[in-house]
Amino acid sequence: MMLYVLKRILLFIPTLLGITLITFFLMRSLPGDPVANMVGERATPETVARIRAEIGIDKSPPIQYLLYLKRLFRGELGRSLFTNRKISDDLMQKFPNTVKLALAAMFFASIIGIGMGVFAAVKHGTGWDRLVTLLSVGGISVPVFWLGLALMLLFAFYLRLLPPSGMGNGDLSYIILPAATLATFSLSYIARVTRSSMLESLSQPYVATARAKGLSESEVVLKHALKNSLIPVVTLIGLDLGSYLNGAVLTETIFGWDGLGRYALDGIMKRDYPVIMGVVLFGAVVFVSLNLLVDISYHYLDPRVRVKKVT
Amino acid sequence: MLNNITLKDLTGNISALVAFVLLVLLVLTAAVGPFLVSYKPDATDLDSLRQLPSKTHLLGTDSIGRDILSRVVFGARISLSVGILASALSLSIGVFFGLLAGYFGGRTDTVLSQVFDVFLAFPSLLLAIGISAVMPPGLASAMLAITLVGWAGFARLVRGITLSLKEQTYVEASRALGATSSRILKKHILPNAFPLLLVAGSLRVGGFILLEAALSFLGLGVQPPTPTWGSMISQNRTYINSAPWMVLFPGLAISITVISFNILGDFLRDKLDPRMQV
Repeated sequence: MMLYVLKRILLFIPTLLGITLITFFLMRSLPGDPVANMVGERATPETVARIRAEIGIDKSPPIQYLLYLKRLFRGELGRSLFTNRKISDDLMQKFPNTVKLALAAMFFASIIGIGMGVFAAVKHGTGWDRLVTLLSVGGISVPVFWLGLALMLLFAFYLRLLPPSGMGNGDLSYIILPAATLATFSLSYIARVTRSSMLESLSQPYVATARAKGLSESEVVLKHALKNSLIPVVTLIGLDLGSYLNGAVLTETIFGWDGLGRYALDGIMKRDYPVIMGVVLFGAVVFVSLNLLVDISYHYLDPRVRVKKVT
Repeated sequence: MLNNITLKDLTGNISALVAFVLLVLLVLTAAVGPFLVSYKPDATDLDSLRQLPSKTHLLGTDSIGRDILSRVVFGARISLSVGILASALSLSIGVFFGLLAGYFGGRTDTVLSQVFDVFLAFPSLLLAIGISAVMPPGLASAMLAITLVGWAGFARLVRGITLSLKEQTYVEASRALGATSSRILKKHILPNAFPLLLVAGSLRVGGFILLEAALSFLGLGVQPPTPTWGSMISQNRTYINSAPWMVLFPGLAISITVISFNILGDFLRDKLDPRMQV
């Protein structure tokens, strides 16, 4: 057990190095003067001299990469070309907002996705089943940023039920539209997987036994079939965290949600390269770390996963 | 395996049939549509700004009086060509490295698999943003970004398929007869992996089209005045309340295209690859 965890953590290190190698390479492949790309055109000569020494401009690329790693290790992601604020400070300030939005979306996606999947499985072969299947294909096919605008048009402008954008100082009504938008992609996958997993469970002998001993249909479905159908669904939810980071960039842009995504877009608009790379690197590290945690926790929680890994 | 799909299969599955017909229409639109529309996509008409859909402008006009229908039709070219080309490119790269890793195993496999994992470690849109941000924005950079995001997934899939195929007796027999590695890969492994690759490729085209739309929306794709569906949405989104058609139509175009690809991909998977059924 410990060995498995240790092995996973050891395998994590080359992945992290690979990620930093890619961001390092991307930063270096920018056209123009690398120092200007990092500090902007208006930097003072002192700053330019300091950065030149810091990134080892006169040293070979491998040494420059090591210096880059050293800076990353100390949590230094550089400064924004425009605000001159530390990117690490900005990220720490924006990230909680993205987490809040993602958690709300995940809650929404899980409840409604599982509900839709169970409903479709129970109504297997009917028009309802086909409707859920079609909706779940639609949900992964519609562009997030367009869906957000359409929901905003309907619920904020036509029906006037919800605020169109902003964060409203934590007022819950402000999170509903962005969370629903961000949830749709994941929700559709959850509905799909729940449906097929439920169909499989419902055909198992223990379900027939449960029916035979006279349990009500809802007890059979919820207590017996659903409980046993949830493992692939929970796995999916755990492994799909990346889709929330992707979706957040677009959703936050639409709804003016002050998180990582909108920060990234500001960076893109202003060609603020250190900011863009900071978000890309941070997003990737968060994503792989979460996947590692999910993996390790499954290992503890579900003995079946453990057996599968060995074979 | 491919011969098993008949026209009857397609006509028996209504949603797959509809998706297929829609895609044929879309390809035709992208190919000849631009010659049929009555307005140039970037011709501005300052006397008819933000017009509702009407007989003269079937889908209305945008904030500088450009015909939305013409722009949507031109946008189909970009979306379809980026989606299909990026799939083909990333699939080719994926096949090459996946075959290498799966067939030769050992240290080659260890190193290559690690590289696949690193590329897959990035959330896809973030990596695409990082790649396209460092290049001059345009069709080539969007295509390259999407290809670099997509290839590793294909490579991992091909590696897995190759690992199982190379243990088959016919491969062993061929090796015993003295066939070279490249011959075995070309004559035995690739043809047998083909149906699975077709399924994987067709399931990914939709996702690539969405990625291109997202990059365009963020200003990192093909640049104005060339119309793309994603950039039409981002340029007009401030008018969502007063002139929603300017945003709704390009978004519908993306949605219909991607839904069709996904439904057809699901259909192919069900027919060709019973193992992958969800």
